[in-house]
Amino acid sequence: MKKFRSLLLAAATLAAVNTIAKADLVFGTDAAPYPPFTTQNAAGEWEGWEYELMVAICAEMNEKCTMVPIAWDGIIPALLEKKFDGIFGSMAMNDERKKQIMFSDMYYDSMTVMMGPKGADKNFTPETFKGKTIGVQASTSNANYAEKYYVPAGAALKAYKGQDEANADMAAGRVDYLVADGISQMSFLATADGGCCEIYGPVPHDAAVLGNGVGVGLRMEDTALRDKLNAAFKSFAAKGGFETLNAKYKLEGLMAVPPKG
Amino acid sequence: MFPEILEFGRKGFADELLRGAAITLLIAVSSFIIGLVLGHIGAIAKLYGGPVSRGIAAIYTTVIRAVPELVLILLLFFAGTRGISALGEAVGYGPIDINGVLAAILVLAFVQGAYSTEVIRGAIQAIPVGQLEAARAFGMSPLQVFRRIVLPAMLPNAIPGLANLWMVVIKDTALVSVTGATFELFTATKIAAGFTKRYFLFYFISACIYLAMTLVSNFFIQKLERRLRRGQQELG
Amino acid sequence: MDWSWFPKYFPLFVDGLFITIQLLVLAMFFGMLLAVPIGLVQVTGPRWLATFARGYCTVMRGTPLLIQLYLLYYGVGTILATYPEVRQSFFWPILREGYFYAILAFALNEGGYGGEIMRGAFLSVPKGELEAARAFGMSPMKVLTRIWLPRALRNALPALGGETVLMLKATPLAALVTVVDLFGVADRVRQETYIIYPPLLTVLVVYLVLTFIIVRVFGHFERQIPSRR
Repeated sequence: MKKFRSLLLAAATLAAVNTIAKADLVFGTDAAPYPPFTTQNAAGEWEGWEYELMVAICAEMNEKCTMVPIAWDGIIPALLEKKFDGIFGSMAMNDERKKQIMFSDMYYDSMTVMMGPKGADKNFTPETFKGKTIGVQASTSNANYAEKYYVPAGAALKAYKGQDEANADMAAGRVDYLVADGISQMSFLATADGGCCEIYGPVPHDAAVLGNGVGVGLRMEDTALRDKLNAAFKSFAAKGGFETLNAKYKLEGLMAVPPKG
Repeated sequence: MFPEILEFGRKGFADELLRGAAITLLIAVSSFIIGLVLGHIGAIAKLYGGPVSRGIAAIYTTVIRAVPELVLILLLFFAGTRGISALGEAVGYGPIDINGVLAAILVLAFVQGAYSTEVIRGAIQAIPVGQLEAARAFGMSPLQVFRRIVLPAMLPNAIPGLANLWMVVIKDTALVSVTGATFELFTATKIAAGFTKRYFLFYFISACIYLAMTLVSNFFIQKLERRLRRGQQELG
Repeated sequence: MDWSWFPKYFPLFVDGLFITIQLLVLAMFFGMLLAVPIGLVQVTGPRWLATFARGYCTVMRGTPLLIQLYLLYYGVGTILATYPEVRQSFFWPILREGYFYAILAFALNEGGYGGEIMRGAFLSVPKGELEAARAFGMSPMKVLTRIWLPRALRNALPALGGETVLMLKATPLAALVTVVDLFGVADRVRQETYIIYPPLLTVLVVYLVLTFIIVRVFGHFERQIPSRR
């Protein structure tokens, strides 16, 4: 009985210490892997274009930051519950989200694309998907887009917890098409599974649903943090930081980033 | 001999899986113990409490045991972390951010508490009333009765039910992965499988690790039961 | 709390409820179909089959249902998909759906838990009745179908009622493999509107009601059994 009590006390203290001691800034991101932007490698460390951007921006702001994973479909509620300070997870700045949270300036803008089986006709209209299954990651602007345009035309929608699960099912033939971000899908094509499919092209843009690029998601009242982040983005861009990052990940010209000027 | 992804160290996922397994056990043990405490409170409320305590305990056990764990885990995770945060602000501490493991422990403990209440209540009710009457006749205070008579007599009766709950809590830790905020064995498995695309391999290994946990637990629980039941008559 | 989403999503909720009930019924049906032989063989033998059944129950009860589900859907499912013969086959429309794997995983799991219950139930039937049946000249098969199985099932009813409730509580896992059951609908609402608590609370109440109904139904059948007290 005594052993139990001391064990309990030790565990409680550990948990309490862990809870109260926080890093200066904590950013939440998708728990599911999202290459090339954020992934966790075998050693449990974060890597990726977006992770490196976060580290660089924090350096600009002179803050110590950590990245924590959270299920994507609960990330906005978690932000509002103050579980972390911001969302640094390729979150598109669309109208629906702007009702709940505030965004920093855009730090990249890439196209949403349609992905389908290899060798088929690359032209598509909403009617192409009648009776077909489209895979999307749940709670994404891509999912909202597919809901708005393709489901009324007769497509069936399958929502996955992570983009990687959607990709896996695409490779397994369990969905016929994918609507997802172009850059992340290029990463997918580079893998062995990616041989199944090809990118058909960008979907007709709808800024209200797809947003105009991604930004850091923040609570409405955190204007000070937003201004700090925007200043950091500007100074990082001025140094040519985005160009270096793009060059490292071979993304030059493939997506819009804040201009150097 | 082993493929690289299974190695320990930087490139392999073996250490990730083991770290996940260790955290799973930590969560399971902590939730189980806290759940036991809640279970005792609940059982006493149900057996000896006034109408208000009995009502609250009844609602607690009925609702928690009738609703899927997945729903409860999500609700408690969001509501619970918000509640604790609000509590912290009210006290003047500022918003308290609960780390993922602690959140998982508290949520699972809350669920375990409802089940434990029923098991402990049943076990206490199975104690021959004569023993309790004799203890009171000797002039023992209620606390003494509880510590000296009820607790030792209740434990062997409760072991099968509690053993089952222990198995359940180990498996429920996997469900906590839906929040994405806790790094335990199932989350580690998903990361490894997603990174390497070797789904079958990693889910299979993970299943074996869970199985090992339950088998080892079973072994020790049987030993414990035999020890606690020494001196009692063997069941015909 | 914001309830504005309710009218728009109500039909989806009804569909989801339907799917949940389907999952429950099919899982219990196929699961018990599996559980009866698994339980029986542990009582009668042969030895190697009984050991296999015992091992099966241990594995099913010793590993999380979530892992069993993922193992089947992402593990087996993706392996199957690499074979073009499977993709062209007649079964592909079924095999590509999460629904199939959910029911498969639930049924296999129920086979393990139900198997334990049936084992106890078969053992609980008084030997005298079985001996009397044999004395009447009934073949072992007749004894099984006329005496042993019905009596065992009746004895097992309370435990089976509990199992059905447990299976109901397991059905939300199907939402993790793209099945839009009752819980999946709550998820969908949350994902599209960012409203958290009202959808979850709604499904919580529905599950409560369903559990209540199951307990009542089983209670009714239990009362029907004549029992010597």
